[in-house]
Amino acid sequence: MDILPILSTLRRHKITAFLVIIEIALTCAIICNAVFIINQRIDRMNMQSGVDEHRLVYIELADIGASKDEKARTLEDLAALRQISGVEQVASINEIPFGNSSSNSGIKLDLKQRLSTLNATMYSGENLVKAMGTQLIEGRDLLPDEYMDFDQVVRAAAAKDAKQIPHVVVITQTMAQRLWPGQSALGKQLYISEYPLTVVGVVRELVRPSIWDDSAKSYSMIMPMREADGRYAILTRTPGDRERVLAAALAKLKEINPRRVVLKKVTLDDLRHDFFQNDRAMAGLLVGVCVALLIVTALGIVGLGSFWVAQRRRQIGVRRALGATRRNILNYFQTENFLLATIGIALGMLMAYGINLLLMVHYELPRMPAIYFPVGAVLLWIIGQLAVLGPALRAAAVPPVVATRSV
Amino acid sequence: MFSYYLDLALRSLGRNKMLTALMVLAIALGIGASMTTLTVLHVLSGDPLPGTSGTLFYPQLEPRDMDGFEPGMEPPRQITWIDGMNLLKAKRGDRQALMTGGAVPVQPAQSGMDPFYSDARYTSSDFFSMFQVPFLYGRGWSAADDDNKARVVVISRTLNDKLFGGKDSTGQTLRLKEGAFRVIGVLDTWRPNPHFYDVNMGNYSNAEDIFVPLTTSRDMRFDHNGSTDCWGTGGGDDDHAETQPCVWLQFWVQLDSAAKVAAYKEYLEHYSQEQKALGRFERPVNVRLPGLMEWLDINKVVPGDVKLQTWLALGFLVVCLVNTVGLMLAKFLRRTGELGVRRALGASKREVFTQLLIESGVIGLAGGVGGLLLAFLGLWLVRLQPSSYASLAHLDLSMLVMTFLLAVGASLLAGLLPAWRACQVAPALQLKSQ
Repeated sequence: MDILPILSTLRRHKITAFLVIIEIALTCAIICNAVFIINQRIDRMNMQSGVDEHRLVYIELADIGASKDEKARTLEDLAALRQISGVEQVASINEIPFGNSSSNSGIKLDLKQRLSTLNATMYSGENLVKAMGTQLIEGRDLLPDEYMDFDQVVRAAAAKDAKQIPHVVVITQTMAQRLWPGQSALGKQLYISEYPLTVVGVVRELVRPSIWDDSAKSYSMIMPMREADGRYAILTRTPGDRERVLAAALAKLKEINPRRVVLKKVTLDDLRHDFFQNDRAMAGLLVGVCVALLIVTALGIVGLGSFWVAQRRRQIGVRRALGATRRNILNYFQTENFLLATIGIALGMLMAYGINLLLMVHYELPRMPAIYFPVGAVLLWIIGQLAVLGPALRAAAVPPVVATRSV
Repeated sequence: MFSYYLDLALRSLGRNKMLTALMVLAIALGIGASMTTLTVLHVLSGDPLPGTSGTLFYPQLEPRDMDGFEPGMEPPRQITWIDGMNLLKAKRGDRQALMTGGAVPVQPAQSGMDPFYSDARYTSSDFFSMFQVPFLYGRGWSAADDDNKARVVVISRTLNDKLFGGKDSTGQTLRLKEGAFRVIGVLDTWRPNPHFYDVNMGNYSNAEDIFVPLTTSRDMRFDHNGSTDCWGTGGGDDDHAETQPCVWLQFWVQLDSAAKVAAYKEYLEHYSQEQKALGRFERPVNVRLPGLMEWLDINKVVPGDVKLQTWLALGFLVVCLVNTVGLMLAKFLRRTGELGVRRALGASKREVFTQLLIESGVIGLAGGVGGLLLAFLGLWLVRLQPSSYASLAHLDLSMLVMTFLLAVGASLLAGLLPAWRACQVAPALQLKSQ
């Protein structure tokens, strides 16, 4: 296919050609970035939590009046929950992944450090590792005699009584690698406030209850502290047991003490669903905009293509009369569109890169991987070719006799 | 002349329905998407208290120890109990209120209604007058009630409807946790947007259902919700929150003139120096006094996603406009013959230009109507979303007018280049080739 005649024709239609190029460029730039953001959101929604989500349920209760002996009642609650059929493990805990409420602390590796090395969340509750189905990959779980009551620890901290404060901790793999890159974390020491803690175990993953910064999402510690705050994690035997166990657990808990209010009763799957609802909405909206953009662009190409074909009927007739085949005419318009699309795509890539830079500065987005550029290019080439096919076929159908007629 | 041009425009648009529909659709889609996101942005970045927001300020002090200190750090975004009480008692502003959020168990007197937890605000007495909270029945409490830890409560209209069937409930008793509280006021519908006075509790959440004096809430040991930041040995011990090295309260002050603002800032510096001399503050004096709107900016209350969506929609509008420019160009240039005849018969370039612009204006108007319908659809979709601000997404009159201005303006802009190009036609040449 000879490109030179096409170029010389395009030169006589500068404005129209320019508009098509700009439209394709803008569409390409926006779609590359939108698809990138969509993928980011999907990755976020697929975030590993480190707990056995399909078998885990969570209940949160609060007292109506002043409560008397919370510790004794917690033991009673736990014993009752364990008896429900289909329940494998239970724990009274302080926070749950995707629960949006967390207690966090700065971590230091050296007491002389002025700034914390990182900030991590503190999970606590006896039997938490088993009840959440978290996978231990190094070292051991916390031992029963290492646990202390949370309220006593708080009192000890206020009185600076180091003996009554935990001295062992289990941390996540991500946190271990961040603190001691390339080494085993077992036996290493970290500090919360002025108190040293020895790492005795490492879990594969345990995501924080609330995530402000995706890079710090897995900085979690499990402390040997007993909780009596009416928050229960229940691991069921199979996912199918969840609904029944949840209902039975609530009935049991109400029976033990009717003077409390249920604040939350959810499966972990539901918690995850709610946690990412904004990401899901954003991804959906972006998909909608991408589709609309492609439709508008395609319709624009159809419209302009039709106009060009109508304008050049005479010219096409002359070419046909001079021996050009239908296929020649078809190819002519397809090549023309391909040329315009290519220039538009090249321009669009530059714009996509620029927009990505802006988003990196203003919305803390990472750099767009290079793979988006060829994918975006192919997509727009296909859209362009599909859109021009109709007008091009109509052009190919122009009979040679048109050349002999005056308009 | 205008009506003649309008008639010409309608005829011309009717001649090529497909192309016209394409143009109107492109404008409508662009306008619809832009108006949907702009409306959400407009609603979310609005002024929660128009008229008074300029006189409300949020003092920030630096009470932390030297651990982790770096010069130029922003002071904490909340305040300690001791500093809050000192500033409150000093009464250096025209009005001031110290507050925090929480949740309290409500025990309805009616049989058959289960106890439930309600969001609550624990605050000092100026809250209602300073934030111009509307009352349906009764009123707020007095400074004396604050001092006496009075068992009084102000409830929202929603809670009043739920518990007392919407009747005037002032004087009635409401059981909160283990205490009997006297209802002294019922608020009228009140939902400041954003929830500016405590951005820890959700930026666009509803106002609380229960308001009790801050002192009473401590006396009753009501649970505190929201963010608590501690340093040193602080943390965990809610029973002694008053003396803990933790920030967990919000303090607002009303200052009616610029001179008072300057004086207040000076007072805060003086106060910090005093506390430093006493040994309570360790870091260099670092006070800030942002106004309400500035405070919302600092806290980035408008979600980043919403801004991103707005940019996206505007980008989409630009693509739609470029598309429309191309289509109009095609349409106008196809009519060079007709335009040549008009020019030859004595129409000036200017008149032809006006005629074509009116045509693009008509397209813009039609696109505006379509865009409005799409915006209603878009906002309806936004309202289906689970976000806390979703229910706020409604088109108001100013946005309605803006839709049409944007649509017509955008299509006139899109029509400029094609119309100008079409005017350049030399009438003689056109007539000859016919």
